[in-house]
Amino acid sequence: MASLPPIDLPSNATGEGAFDSPALDEGPALFEYLLRLGDDSLILGQRLGEWCGHAPSVEVDLSLANMALDLIGQATHFLNRAGEVEGKGRDGDSLAFRRDVLDFRNCWLVEQPNGDFARTMARQFLFSTWQKALFRHLTGSKEETIAAVAEKAVKEVTYHQELASEWVIRLGDGTEESRRRMEDGLAWNWRFVPELFEMDDLATFMAERGIGADLGALRYDYHAQISAVLAEATLQPPPDQRPILGGRRGHHSEHLGHLLATMQFLPRTYPDATW
Amino acid sequence: MVAAARLDETAAIWTVLEGVADPEIPVISVVDLGIVRSVGPDRVVITPTYTGCPAARVIESDIRAALDSAGYRHVRIETALSPAWTTDWITPGGRARLRAYGIAPPTRAAVECPQCGSADTEEISRFGSTPCKALWRCRSCAEPFDLFKCH
Repeated sequence: MASLPPIDLPSNATGEGAFDSPALDEGPALFEYLLRLGDDSLILGQRLGEWCGHAPSVEVDLSLANMALDLIGQATHFLNRAGEVEGKGRDGDSLAFRRDVLDFRNCWLVEQPNGDFARTMARQFLFSTWQKALFRHLTGSKEETIAAVAEKAVKEVTYHQELASEWVIRLGDGTEESRRRMEDGLAWNWRFVPELFEMDDLATFMAERGIGADLGALRYDYHAQISAVLAEATLQPPPDQRPILGGRRGHHSEHLGHLLATMQFLPRTYPDATW
Repeated sequence: MVAAARLDETAAIWTVLEGVADPEIPVISVVDLGIVRSVGPDRVVITPTYTGCPAARVIESDIRAALDSAGYRHVRIETALSPAWTTDWITPGGRARLRAYGIAPPTRAAVECPQCGSADTEEISRFGSTPCKALWRCRSCAEPFDLFKCH
C-alpha cells in the first residue's frame, strides 16, 4: 500500500455547506424544527433516566433506561443536524447543555414529572403513539437527516409504544389500585395531548415544503389507536380539558427548569469536562 | 494493475475489520454484525445498530485503532444512517457464534433456547442487558437467556 503520511482527515468536514440544500430563508425555520424534534426526545430521555435504579423491578428498570437511550440517540442526531444548519459552531452537546429553559422547544407532555409508574407509562403511551405516527410520516421528509433518523427510529419507537400500551392495559385492567393510578396518570397527561397536533406557522411552513409533517392529518389515527388500547384496558378516555400550548415557542412549565438544572449541572460547572 | 492493487487493499481492510469484535458481544465481529456497509481503499462506511447504542462510539474507536495498527491511518470512517440497519444483516456465521455464546439469534420464527434447543420458551422482559436484547426463559431446561431482538 502507499505510504502516505499519517494524517487523520476529519470524518465530517461540512465546511461552509450548511445552508446548501434549503433556501436561505428556510435555514432558521429548519433549525427551529430540528430543535422541536430533538428537544422532545432529549427531555423525555432525561425524564426516563430519572427512573434508573428506582423502577418497581429490574426488568422495568432496564426497559425505561433502554427507552431513554433510544430517545437520547434520536436527540443527538437531530440536535447535531440543528447545529450544522445553524452554522454557528454549536453541536448537539452544546445545544443540549448550554441552552437555557426559554430556548427549549419541546412539548409540555415530555417535561411533566414522572409521578408514579402509572403516570410515567401513561405519558409514554400518549407520546410514543404520537411519535411513531410522526416518524412514519417523516421517513418521507425531503430533509435527508430527518428522513434517515425517522427511518431508523420508527422501529425503536414501535417497541416503546407496544411496551407502554401493554402497561396501560395491565394496570388499567388490573387491581383496583392499579386502575385508579392509571386513570390518574392519564388524566394528568391528557391536557398536553392537543399541543402534539398544533400546527403553528413554522410547522405549516415545514409541512408545505415536504420537510415536516402535517400533524392534523395524523390526529384521527392517533385517537383511534389510543381508544383501542384504552378499550382493551377497560378505561374511558379522560374528559377533554383546556389544552395547554406554548412549548414550541419556549413557554414551559416550571418543571423543565428543574430538569435542566440536573441535566446541565456538570457541563455547566465544569465546561469542556471529558471522561 | 492499479485497479487490482485497490481490490487487494479493500480485501485486506475487510480482513482487518473481521478482527474487530463487538464490544458488548465479543464473540462476533463488526462484520458478522452487519454494520460495515461498504469498504473502499480510503474509507469504511459503518451504520449504527440502534439510534442510541452506547457501543457505537466504542465500535468506531475500536475500528480506528485496528485500522491504524494495520497501517491504514488514511482510511476514513464514515457513518451512514440510511438505509437503517436490520438484524437481517447479521451473517450466518455471526448467528452461529451468538447461539454458541448463549444468545438466541434474531428470528421471526419460534425462539429456540440456545442451551437445550427447545422451542418451548417465553419472554420475561422486552428489554434485556443491552438495547438490542430481550430477556427470555426456556420452559424445558428452565434457564434464562438473552434473545437478540429482531429489528
